[in-house]
Amino acid sequence: MSAANTVNPPVVFTQDELGWVSWIDPLPEAELTERHFAGLVDRARAKSEYFRLLVRDPEVLEARTKTDKDIFYNVADGLPRAERELAAAATSRYNGCIYCASVHARFASTYSKRRDDVQRLLDEGVKADLGERWNAVVKASVALAATPIAFGPDNVEELRRAGLDDAEIVDVINGASFFNWANRLMLSLGEPSK
Amino acid sequence: MSTKDIIDTLAGIEPGSGLDAIRARRLQARENAQKSYLSLFEPIDAGDFSLAERAAVAAFVTGLHGESPVAAFYRQKLAANADGTALVEPIQIEIERGKTSGPYGAFPAGPLSVENKAGLIYRVSAERKPQLGTRLVAALEHAHLLVFRPRDAASADMKALLAAGWSTTGIVTFSQLVAFLSFQVRVVSGLRTLAAASA
Repeated sequence: MSAANTVNPPVVFTQDELGWVSWIDPLPEAELTERHFAGLVDRARAKSEYFRLLVRDPEVLEARTKTDKDIFYNVADGLPRAERELAAAATSRYNGCIYCASVHARFASTYSKRRDDVQRLLDEGVKADLGERWNAVVKASVALAATPIAFGPDNVEELRRAGLDDAEIVDVINGASFFNWANRLMLSLGEPSK
Repeated sequence: MSTKDIIDTLAGIEPGSGLDAIRARRLQARENAQKSYLSLFEPIDAGDFSLAERAAVAAFVTGLHGESPVAAFYRQKLAANADGTALVEPIQIEIERGKTSGPYGAFPAGPLSVENKAGLIYRVSAERKPQLGTRLVAALEHAHLLVFRPRDAASADMKALLAAGWSTTGIVTFSQLVAFLSFQVRVVSGLRTLAAASA
């Protein structure tokens, strides 16, 4: 268990790099077997407390990781990476995951070169006016994150008006939906630290 | 053309349709969303989280999102489990008691506190506790938090699960299951909406 007194939790959304500290015991690195390394997918993830916690169920972690990578990194076609990251950041901002938002806001900034707009999403929240196309992506992500789910034909229409085709809309749906998975793990198994 | 997976089945996507072709472009995501489902509901080791408990939590979580083919699917999975059949009714009653709108909850004290939103702090009714048992009572209360107010989660919630008999590994799988369903129910809903808008 990590020492709680070393945690310095951030109190605002930020694009700075944050740490993450588990509230329950990750597996010690020395105890990882080949089954665990298969679950980690990237061996380097053995250094991360978060992944050494999730690897307690290696099969689920492996499938989750591969789902994640394809939704965000497979840019052979479909929505530009920047806008997939925007969907992830908007979902995280709305659900309240400061850690996830920091990572994916940084990615959105890197790939879009619109760091100030991304920062406005973090500072002002999901109602920030980021232009028609980004507004449509943010609004769709927020509608998907609501429970009960509020995503409807109006969201599809807005995304189409903003120039997205159906394959790109599926990338928004996948990216935003995936962060409803990621946010809940990051928020509930530990906490961010500056 | 692909063989139907669980998301196709729940979203009503037919092989050879437009959405089937779009999903095929993200083959690794498609295959691993399916593997995620299988590793959660047909695991190689259910020692830390029984199949009946998995089905009960899944029926509860998807039911909290409102009636849908997904909710019906997991309710049937619970009914089909020998240890789950008797749980269908108490879970259904608890879904009705737990339904609300999210996300809500508190941010860390500071500038974000103005965005804090109060809402239901769900607890299983005393009447249902004997039917559900200590582990499931703790699980449903935590699952409700994860569904509606994940930003309220605190280390004390982990302690509550441990105290109710959950192992650390069981907590990881349980958290993955609730989080995965939060993903699955949204993908299915999003794809259904898109299909309807393209009809």
